[in-house]
Amino acid sequence: MVLTETDRQLVAVIQDGLPLTAHPYAVIGEQLGISEADVIVRLSELQSAGLIKRMGVVVNHRALGYRANAMVVWDVPDTDVERVGELLAGESCITLCYQRPRRGSEWPYNLFCMIHGREHGGVLRRLEQIIQYHALEHITHDVLFSGRSFKQRGARYVMILPEKFRG
Amino acid sequence: MDEIDRRLINRLQAGLPVSRRPFDIIADELGISMDVLLERIQQLLDVRVLTRFGPMYNAVNLGGALSLCAMRVPQDRYDDVADCVNAFPEVAHNYERDHLLNMWFVVATEQAGQAAAVIRAIEQETGCQVYDMPKLEEFYIGLQLTV
Repeated sequence: MVLTETDRQLVAVIQDGLPLTAHPYAVIGEQLGISEADVIVRLSELQSAGLIKRMGVVVNHRALGYRANAMVVWDVPDTDVERVGELLAGESCITLCYQRPRRGSEWPYNLFCMIHGREHGGVLRRLEQIIQYHALEHITHDVLFSGRSFKQRGARYVMILPEKFRG
Repeated sequence: MDEIDRRLINRLQAGLPVSRRPFDIIADELGISMDVLLERIQQLLDVRVLTRFGPMYNAVNLGGALSLCAMRVPQDRYDDVADCVNAFPEVAHNYERDHLLNMWFVVATEQAGQAAAVIRAIEQETGCQVYDMPKLEEFYIGLQLTV
């Protein structure tokens, strides 16, 4: 799908959030000089093309009580990474699972997953269960708990808002 | 936070309808009025339980790039380096983690070709090597926390 200039402007205008009002898409349409129906059609197309995953929220998981945020990294043989990735992705407590490139001897890990939990002990116990259940004992892994969080927001798409839409 | 807030957060994570009166639809589902719903959402944003409300983009499908990056930052410079990294508008998240690679952040750029330049600029400004680890394959993405 090729983005039109209107699509780009639409993405720019909504990236910091939708207006909290009865007709949010009408308000956006007014800003862009297009109709509410057009906004809905464009957004639906952006969604079905997979450019927008959904209109949702970024939650501050710490504020919600999920204080133990573990990135679990694995050094999986490349021939086995697909299988192990799918196994981990099927676990309900695992919220993200990606294959990423190794980076030399200092970073030999190629499979990354996140487990969010309420406390460290519980997360580690859950991880042990997963390792035993799927017989992953032979795969070297490490667990990196998060400390301070400095910045947490969704990625921005349009970095520089066109002049006429700046507040 | 009460039961309505919890149900609201769980519901919003699944996505807002793209239709004329999206908040009415959710308010109906939750059995509250739309005014109460909007007030609740604003309160959750104000206290930063929700950090953003709106579209979740797929940066790569939009032609951009998204990469997980890590650095090994000396403890005595940690806060200064964090300030420096966070000042880049392309940095979306930044976490301290307990490893030799102790600073982990996400670089998101509008065009795929821009990521390398941002990473180079971060290296120059911080004096730390950036380990850049863009995703090769996604097995699952469903970060939805039930509260």
